[in-house]
Amino acid sequence: MTTKEILNLLPYSPPFLFADELHEITENGAKGSYTYKPDEYFYQGHFKDFPVTPGVILTETMAQIGVVCLGVYLLKDKITASEMPEIAFTSVEVDFLAPVFPGEKVTVTSQKQYFRFNKLKCEVEMRNSVDKIVCSGTISGVIKYNK
Amino acid sequence: MNKEELIASLKEIVKPYVKDPEGLKNLDENSDFIKDLKINSANLVDVILDIESAFDIIIDNESMEKMLTVKAAMEIITTKLSEK
Repeated sequence: MTTKEILNLLPYSPPFLFADELHEITENGAKGSYTYKPDEYFYQGHFKDFPVTPGVILTETMAQIGVVCLGVYLLKDKITASEMPEIAFTSVEVDFLAPVFPGEKVTVTSQKQYFRFNKLKCEVEMRNSVDKIVCSGTISGVIKYNK
Repeated sequence: MNKEELIASLKEIVKPYVKDPEGLKNLDENSDFIKDLKINSANLVDVILDIESAFDIIIDNESMEKMLTVKAAMEIITTKLSEK
């Protein structure tokens, strides 16, 4: 499965797709990037007259690239475009270290801790364009294929 | 390991994942991990992985699906330990 195919299989679309590119994917982790467009909808209110990317959006970006892309790859033998797996976000613990402003590109790297009994748990970190850590933590989700 | 010791070690294992302190205090053989201890179903996977490392056993999918109460967990642990 190519990285492009994985991105095409993600069950998201704008304005809630936060994965532009997937650079690397293995059984043990994923690396990809996203650039927050200056006109993303959430900048209208976060904050008033001072747009900063919300922590929940950074978390969602880490989950989409680091956990969901990896989950799709791990289930690659079972997934087809018409038979997508069920996915659910189950827990997160993240520390935020630096702000991300409109137009910034971020790179997400994940390391699988385990994928057992349909639960995928990863250590995930996000870095900005000067390679500074923006946020990092642990994210888990359930990803399963019902057939 | 006798029954009481097994219950005591399970109590230690589930502690970090329990959302109902009363449930933990009253934990016995009949406690249901999800209904009585309010463990998030996805965290039940972590409970099972912690049980695997604590007892040095491997729990398969079929056993995992049955492991919903303290009693079921005790039976599965005892069976797996006897197979070693």
